[in-house]
Amino acid sequence: MVTSITSLGKNGIYDWLVQRVSAVVLLAWFLYVGFEVFTADPLDYLAWKALFAQTWMRIFTLVALVSLCAHAWIGMWTISTDYFTTRILGSSATRVRFLFQFVCLVVLIVYFVWCIQILWSI
Amino acid sequence: MLVSIYRYNPETDTKPRMQDYQIELPQGKDMMVLDVLQLAKDQDATVAYRRSCREGVCGSDGINMNGKNGLACITPVSSVVKAGRLILRPLPGLPVIRDLVVDMSAFYKQYERIKPYLQNDDPPPAIERLQSPEDRAKLDGLYECILCACCSTSCPSFWWNPEKFVGPAGLLQAYRFLADSRDTHTEQRLAELEDPFSVFRCRGIMNCVSVCPKGLNPTKAIGHIRDMLLERGI
Repeated sequence: MVTSITSLGKNGIYDWLVQRVSAVVLLAWFLYVGFEVFTADPLDYLAWKALFAQTWMRIFTLVALVSLCAHAWIGMWTISTDYFTTRILGSSATRVRFLFQFVCLVVLIVYFVWCIQILWSI
Repeated sequence: MLVSIYRYNPETDTKPRMQDYQIELPQGKDMMVLDVLQLAKDQDATVAYRRSCREGVCGSDGINMNGKNGLACITPVSSVVKAGRLILRPLPGLPVIRDLVVDMSAFYKQYERIKPYLQNDDPPPAIERLQSPEDRAKLDGLYECILCACCSTSCPSFWWNPEKFVGPAGLLQAYRFLADSRDTHTEQRLAELEDPFSVFRCRGIMNCVSVCPKGLNPTKAIGHIRDMLLERGI
Protein backbone atom coordinates (compact mmCIF):
# COMPACT_ATOMS: atom_id res chain seq x y z
CA MET A 1 0.00 0.00 0.00
CA VAL A 2 1.35 3.37 -1.07
CA THR A 3 0.69 6.05 1.54
CA SER A 4 0.41 9.79 1.19
CA ILE A 5 -0.30 12.33 3.94
CA THR A 6 -0.50 15.53 1.91
CA SER A 7 -3.04 14.54 -0.76
CA LEU A 8 -6.53 15.96 -0.28
CA GLY A 9 -8.34 12.74 0.50
CA LYS A 10 -5.43 10.37 1.25
CA ASN A 11 -7.25 8.15 -1.21
CA GLY A 12 -7.05 8.07 -4.98
CA ILE A 13 -10.73 7.54 -5.71
CA TYR A 14 -11.71 10.45 -3.45
CA ASP A 15 -9.27 12.83 -5.17
CA TRP A 16 -10.33 11.53 -8.59
CA LEU A 17 -14.02 12.12 -7.82
CA VAL A 18 -13.43 15.56 -6.31
CA GLN A 19 -11.40 16.53 -9.39
CA ARG A 20 -14.25 15.53 -11.75
CA VAL A 21 -17.13 16.97 -9.71
CA SER A 22 -15.28 20.25 -9.11
CA ALA A 23 -14.55 20.50 -12.84
CA VAL A 24 -18.27 20.17 -13.63
CA VAL A 25 -19.17 22.81 -11.01
CA LEU A 26 -16.55 25.20 -12.42
CA LEU A 27 -17.75 24.62 -15.97
CA ALA A 28 -21.34 25.36 -14.92
CA TRP A 29 -20.29 28.53 -13.04
CA PHE A 30 -18.18 29.93 -15.86
CA LEU A 31 -20.85 29.14 -18.45
CA TYR A 32 -23.49 30.89 -16.35
CA VAL A 33 -21.35 33.95 -15.61
CA GLY A 34 -20.34 34.07 -19.28
CA PHE A 35 -23.99 33.93 -20.26
CA GLU A 36 -24.78 36.82 -17.87
CA VAL A 37 -21.86 38.90 -19.19
CA PHE A 38 -22.93 38.48 -22.81
CA THR A 39 -26.67 38.97 -22.24
CA ALA A 40 -26.67 41.77 -19.63
CA ASP A 41 -27.77 45.04 -21.19
CA PRO A 42 -26.23 47.24 -20.07
CA LEU A 43 -23.31 45.41 -18.44
CA ASP A 44 -22.57 47.81 -15.60
CA TYR A 45 -21.88 47.75 -11.90
CA LEU A 46 -25.58 47.73 -11.02
CA ALA A 47 -26.24 44.63 -13.14
CA TRP A 48 -23.17 42.94 -11.65
CA LYS A 49 -24.24 43.90 -8.11
CA ALA A 50 -27.79 42.66 -8.71
CA LEU A 51 -26.44 39.33 -9.97
CA PHE A 52 -24.25 38.71 -6.93
CA ALA A 53 -26.78 40.11 -4.43
CA GLN A 54 -28.92 37.04 -4.89
CA THR A 55 -28.39 34.41 -2.19
CA TRP A 56 -28.40 31.50 -4.62
CA MET A 57 -25.68 33.19 -6.73
CA ARG A 58 -23.56 33.71 -3.64
CA ILE A 59 -23.97 30.06 -2.69
CA PHE A 60 -23.21 28.99 -6.27
CA THR A 61 -20.11 31.19 -6.31
CA LEU A 62 -18.99 29.88 -2.93
CA VAL A 63 -19.37 26.30 -4.14
CA ALA A 64 -17.41 27.22 -7.30
CA LEU A 65 -14.70 28.79 -5.12
CA VAL A 66 -14.40 25.69 -2.93
CA SER A 67 -14.32 23.58 -6.11
CA LEU A 68 -11.58 25.78 -7.57
CA CYS A 69 -9.43 25.44 -4.46
CA ALA A 70 -9.92 21.66 -4.22
CA HIS A 71 -9.31 21.23 -7.96
CA ALA A 72 -6.17 23.37 -7.84
CA TRP A 73 -4.81 21.62 -4.76
CA ILE A 74 -5.22 18.13 -6.26
CA GLY A 75 -3.63 19.30 -9.54
CA MET A 76 -0.69 21.06 -7.91
CA TRP A 77 -0.15 18.20 -5.47
CA THR A 78 -0.04 15.79 -8.41
CA ILE A 79 2.45 17.96 -10.25
CA SER A 80 4.68 18.19 -7.17
CA THR A 81 4.67 14.43 -6.63
CA ASP A 82 5.35 13.77 -10.32
CA TYR A 83 8.27 16.13 -10.83
CA PHE A 84 9.78 16.94 -7.43
CA THR A 85 10.94 13.44 -6.63
CA THR A 86 14.21 11.98 -5.36
CA ARG A 87 14.71 10.49 -8.82
CA ILE A 88 14.81 14.00 -10.33
CA LEU A 89 16.03 16.29 -7.53
CA GLY A 90 18.05 13.94 -5.35
CA SER A 91 18.10 14.29 -1.57
CA SER A 92 16.54 17.78 -1.58
CA ALA A 93 13.33 16.51 -3.21
CA THR A 94 11.26 16.17 -0.03
CA ARG A 95 12.11 19.72 1.10
CA VAL A 96 11.39 21.19 -2.36
CA ARG A 97 8.14 19.27 -2.65
CA PHE A 98 6.96 20.27 0.82
CA LEU A 99 7.88 23.92 0.22
CA PHE A 100 6.04 23.93 -3.11
CA GLN A 101 2.96 22.35 -1.53
CA PHE A 102 3.10 24.81 1.38
CA VAL A 103 3.30 27.82 -0.98
CA CYS A 104 0.38 26.43 -3.02
CA LEU A 105 -1.66 25.98 0.15
CA VAL A 106 -0.95 29.53 1.37
CA VAL A 107 -1.83 31.00 -2.05
CA LEU A 108 -5.09 29.03 -2.14
CA ILE A 109 -6.07 30.15 1.37
CA VAL A 110 -5.26 33.80 0.54
CA TYR A 111 -7.31 33.65 -2.67
CA PHE A 112 -10.17 31.91 -0.88
CA VAL A 113 -10.45 34.51 1.89
CA TRP A 114 -9.94 37.37 -0.57
CA CYS A 115 -12.68 36.08 -2.88
CA ILE A 116 -15.11 35.74 0.01
CA GLN A 117 -14.38 39.32 1.06
CA ILE A 118 -15.08 40.50 -2.51
CA LEU A 119 -18.18 38.35 -2.81
CA TRP A 120 -19.74 39.67 0.38
CA SER A 121 -18.80 43.29 -0.31
CA ILE A 122 -20.55 43.54 -3.69
CA MET B 1 20.68 1.81 -44.26
CA LEU B 2 22.17 3.75 -41.37
CA VAL B 3 21.46 2.11 -38.02
CA SER B 4 22.28 4.12 -34.93
CA ILE B 5 22.51 2.05 -31.75
CA TYR B 6 22.65 3.24 -28.14
CA ARG B 7 25.89 1.98 -26.62
CA TYR B 8 26.75 1.95 -22.95
CA ASN B 9 28.96 -0.36 -20.97
CA PRO B 10 29.08 0.86 -17.36
CA GLU B 11 32.37 -0.98 -16.82
CA THR B 12 34.23 0.96 -19.52
CA ASP B 13 32.11 4.00 -20.52
CA THR B 14 31.61 7.15 -18.48
CA LYS B 15 28.46 8.03 -20.40
CA PRO B 16 26.24 6.55 -23.12
CA ARG B 17 26.87 7.25 -26.82
CA MET B 18 25.20 6.49 -30.15
CA GLN B 19 27.18 4.31 -32.57
CA ASP B 20 26.38 4.18 -36.28
CA TYR B 21 26.42 1.04 -38.40
CA GLN B 22 25.95 0.84 -42.16
CA ILE B 23 23.74 -2.17 -42.81
CA GLU B 24 23.12 -3.56 -46.30
CA LEU B 25 19.53 -4.77 -46.49
CA PRO B 26 18.73 -7.57 -48.96
CA GLN B 27 16.68 -6.38 -51.95
CA GLY B 28 13.00 -7.28 -52.13
CA LYS B 29 12.78 -8.46 -48.55
CA ASP B 30 11.43 -6.60 -45.52
CA MET B 31 13.51 -7.66 -42.54
CA MET B 32 12.54 -7.43 -38.91
CA VAL B 33 14.46 -5.03 -36.67
CA LEU B 34 15.86 -8.02 -34.76
CA ASP B 35 17.46 -9.24 -38.01
CA VAL B 36 19.06 -5.81 -38.45
CA LEU B 37 20.41 -6.04 -34.91
CA GLN B 38 21.93 -9.42 -35.76
CA LEU B 39 23.59 -7.89 -38.85
CA ALA B 40 24.98 -5.11 -36.63
CA LYS B 41 26.24 -7.72 -34.20
CA ASP B 42 27.95 -9.52 -37.08
CA GLN B 43 29.92 -6.29 -37.63
CA ASP B 44 30.50 -5.62 -33.95
CA ALA B 45 30.16 -8.56 -31.57
CA THR B 46 30.07 -6.26 -28.51
CA VAL B 47 26.54 -5.00 -29.25
CA ALA B 48 24.30 -6.35 -26.45
CA TYR B 49 20.56 -6.98 -26.62
CA ARG B 50 18.07 -9.53 -25.34
CA ARG B 51 16.27 -11.95 -27.65
CA SER B 52 14.86 -15.42 -27.39
CA CYS B 53 11.85 -16.73 -29.32
CA ARG B 54 12.15 -14.30 -32.28
CA GLU B 55 8.39 -14.50 -32.89
CA GLY B 56 6.74 -12.09 -30.45
CA VAL B 57 5.94 -14.60 -27.74
CA CYS B 58 8.65 -14.30 -25.10
CA GLY B 59 8.77 -10.50 -24.82
CA SER B 60 12.57 -10.37 -24.43
CA ASP B 61 13.47 -7.94 -27.20
CA GLY B 62 11.41 -4.90 -26.26
CA ILE B 63 13.38 -1.85 -27.42
CA ASN B 64 12.77 1.71 -28.57
CA MET B 65 12.83 1.97 -32.37
CA ASN B 66 12.89 5.46 -33.85
CA GLY B 67 11.16 6.74 -30.73
CA LYS B 68 8.51 4.07 -30.34
CA ASN B 69 8.65 1.01 -28.11
CA GLY B 70 8.02 -2.41 -29.62
CA LEU B 71 9.32 -5.92 -30.06
CA ALA B 72 12.27 -5.97 -32.46
CA CYS B 73 11.44 -9.49 -33.67
CA ILE B 74 7.97 -8.65 -35.05
CA THR B 75 8.55 -5.06 -36.16
CA PRO B 76 9.30 -4.77 -39.89
CA VAL B 77 12.08 -2.28 -40.65
CA SER B 78 9.82 -0.58 -43.23
CA SER B 79 7.30 0.31 -40.52
CA VAL B 80 9.75 2.23 -38.33
CA VAL B 81 12.55 3.52 -40.55
CA LYS B 82 12.54 7.27 -41.15
CA ALA B 83 14.63 8.98 -43.84
CA GLY B 84 16.70 5.82 -44.30
CA ARG B 85 17.77 5.87 -40.68
CA LEU B 86 16.94 3.52 -37.81
CA ILE B 87 17.67 4.67 -34.26
CA LEU B 88 17.63 1.94 -31.64
CA ARG B 89 17.60 2.74 -27.95
CA PRO B 90 16.83 0.74 -24.79
CA LEU B 91 13.34 0.92 -23.27
CA PRO B 92 13.10 4.36 -21.64
CA GLY B 93 12.81 4.91 -17.90
CA LEU B 94 14.65 1.80 -16.71
CA PRO B 95 18.34 1.64 -15.72
CA VAL B 96 20.60 0.40 -18.53
CA ILE B 97 22.69 -2.67 -17.75
CA ARG B 98 24.44 -2.56 -21.10
CA ASP B 99 23.55 -1.20 -24.57
CA LEU B 100 19.92 -2.25 -25.23
CA VAL B 101 19.64 -4.39 -22.11
CA VAL B 102 17.72 -2.76 -19.24
CA ASP B 103 17.24 -3.68 -15.60
CA MET B 104 13.56 -4.66 -15.36
CA SER B 105 13.52 -5.05 -11.55
CA ALA B 106 11.23 -2.03 -11.00
CA PHE B 107 8.81 -3.39 -13.61
CA TYR B 108 8.73 -6.89 -12.11
CA LYS B 109 8.39 -5.49 -8.60
CA GLN B 110 5.15 -3.75 -9.59
CA TYR B 111 3.96 -6.94 -11.28
CA GLU B 112 4.70 -8.89 -8.09
CA ARG B 113 2.83 -6.27 -6.05
CA ILE B 114 -0.52 -6.97 -7.69
CA LYS B 115 -0.28 -10.67 -6.73
CA PRO B 116 -0.60 -12.11 -10.24
CA TYR B 117 -2.08 -15.44 -9.26
CA LEU B 118 -5.52 -16.81 -8.34
CA GLN B 119 -6.47 -16.35 -4.71
CA ASN B 120 -9.45 -18.34 -3.52
CA ASP B 121 -10.32 -19.11 0.11
CA ASP B 122 -12.97 -21.70 -0.71
CA PRO B 123 -11.99 -25.37 -0.26
CA PRO B 124 -10.49 -26.67 -3.52
CA PRO B 125 -12.88 -28.90 -5.49
CA ALA B 126 -11.94 -32.49 -6.32
CA ILE B 127 -10.91 -31.74 -9.92
CA GLU B 128 -10.72 -28.05 -10.81
CA ARG B 129 -12.49 -24.71 -10.31
CA LEU B 130 -14.94 -24.45 -13.17
CA GLN B 131 -15.77 -21.27 -15.04
CA SER B 132 -18.62 -20.53 -17.43
CA PRO B 133 -17.72 -19.63 -21.03
CA GLU B 134 -19.07 -16.11 -20.36
CA ASP B 135 -16.82 -15.64 -17.33
CA ARG B 136 -13.87 -17.05 -19.25
CA ALA B 137 -14.54 -14.57 -22.07
CA LYS B 138 -14.02 -11.69 -19.60
CA LEU B 139 -10.32 -12.60 -19.47
CA ASP B 140 -9.82 -12.16 -23.22
CA GLY B 141 -7.63 -9.15 -23.93
CA LEU B 142 -6.09 -9.43 -20.46
CA TYR B 143 -4.30 -12.77 -20.13
CA GLU B 144 -2.35 -12.40 -23.38
CA CYS B 145 0.21 -9.97 -21.90
CA ILE B 146 3.78 -11.23 -22.35
CA LEU B 147 5.38 -8.74 -19.91
CA CYS B 148 7.66 -7.18 -22.51
CA ALA B 149 7.40 -3.82 -20.64
CA CYS B 150 6.87 -1.83 -23.86
CA CYS B 151 3.73 -0.23 -22.34
CA SER B 152 4.99 0.64 -18.87
CA THR B 153 8.24 2.10 -20.22
CA SER B 154 6.32 4.34 -22.64
CA CYS B 155 4.24 5.76 -19.77
CA PRO B 156 5.46 9.08 -18.27
CA SER B 157 3.64 8.33 -15.01
CA PHE B 158 5.74 5.15 -14.71
CA TRP B 159 8.90 7.11 -15.52
CA TRP B 160 8.17 9.60 -12.71
CA ASN B 161 6.97 7.14 -10.06
CA PRO B 162 8.09 3.59 -10.92
CA GLU B 163 8.08 2.60 -7.26
CA LYS B 164 4.53 3.83 -6.59
CA PHE B 165 2.54 3.66 -9.86
CA VAL B 166 1.83 0.05 -10.83
CA GLY B 167 2.06 0.88 -14.54
CA PRO B 168 -0.10 -0.32 -17.44
CA ALA B 169 1.29 -3.88 -17.60
CA GLY B 170 0.78 -4.48 -13.89
CA LEU B 171 -2.69 -2.91 -13.92
CA LEU B 172 -3.76 -4.99 -16.92
CA GLN B 173 -2.84 -8.07 -14.89
CA ALA B 174 -4.46 -6.64 -11.75
CA TYR B 175 -7.73 -6.40 -13.67
CA ARG B 176 -7.20 -9.85 -15.16
CA PHE B 177 -7.49 -11.26 -11.60
CA LEU B 178 -10.18 -8.80 -10.48
CA ALA B 179 -12.29 -9.93 -13.44
CA ASP B 180 -11.68 -13.64 -12.81
CA SER B 181 -14.81 -15.33 -11.41
CA ARG B 182 -12.63 -17.87 -9.58
CA ASP B 183 -10.74 -15.24 -7.55
CA THR B 184 -12.28 -14.33 -4.17
CA HIS B 185 -9.80 -11.67 -3.04
CA THR B 186 -11.41 -8.78 -4.92
CA GLU B 187 -11.77 -6.64 -1.79
CA GLN B 188 -8.14 -7.08 -0.71
CA ARG B 189 -6.92 -6.44 -4.25
CA LEU B 190 -8.94 -3.21 -4.53
CA ALA B 191 -7.81 -2.07 -1.07
CA GLU B 192 -4.21 -2.32 -2.29
CA LEU B 193 -4.96 -0.11 -5.29
CA GLU B 194 -7.08 2.72 -3.84
CA ASP B 195 -4.21 5.08 -2.92
CA PRO B 196 -3.47 8.20 -5.04
CA PHE B 197 -0.56 6.55 -6.91
CA SER B 198 -1.08 2.86 -7.73
CA VAL B 199 -3.92 3.33 -10.24
CA PHE B 200 -4.74 7.03 -10.24
CA ARG B 201 -1.43 8.21 -11.71
CA CYS B 202 -2.81 6.99 -15.03
CA ARG B 203 -3.75 10.12 -16.99
CA GLY B 204 -5.24 8.18 -19.86
CA ILE B 205 -2.75 9.33 -22.50
CA MET B 206 -2.86 5.81 -23.99
CA ASN B 207 0.81 5.51 -24.94
CA CYS B 208 0.49 1.97 -23.58
CA VAL B 209 -2.26 1.13 -26.07
CA SER B 210 -0.37 2.55 -29.03
CA VAL B 211 2.79 0.53 -28.35
CA CYS B 212 1.43 -2.82 -27.12
CA PRO B 213 2.79 -5.44 -29.56
CA LYS B 214 -0.07 -7.79 -28.65
CA GLY B 215 -2.75 -5.19 -29.38
CA LEU B 216 -4.00 -5.08 -25.77
CA ASN B 217 -5.69 -2.13 -24.10
CA PRO B 218 -4.35 -1.40 -20.58
CA THR B 219 -6.16 1.97 -20.46
CA LYS B 220 -9.51 0.19 -20.77
CA ALA B 221 -8.54 -2.24 -17.98
CA ILE B 222 -7.48 0.69 -15.79
CA GLY B 223 -10.89 2.27 -16.47
CA HIS B 224 -12.58 -0.93 -15.26
CA ILE B 225 -10.46 -0.94 -12.07
CA ARG B 226 -11.42 2.70 -11.50
CA ASP B 227 -15.10 1.80 -11.91
CA MET B 228 -14.74 -1.03 -9.41
CA LEU B 229 -13.04 1.30 -6.93
CA LEU B 230 -15.77 3.89 -7.48
CA GLU B 231 -18.55 1.35 -6.90
CA ARG B 232 -16.78 0.16 -3.77
CA GLY B 233 -16.17 3.68 -2.47
CA ILE B 234 -19.54 5.32 -3.02
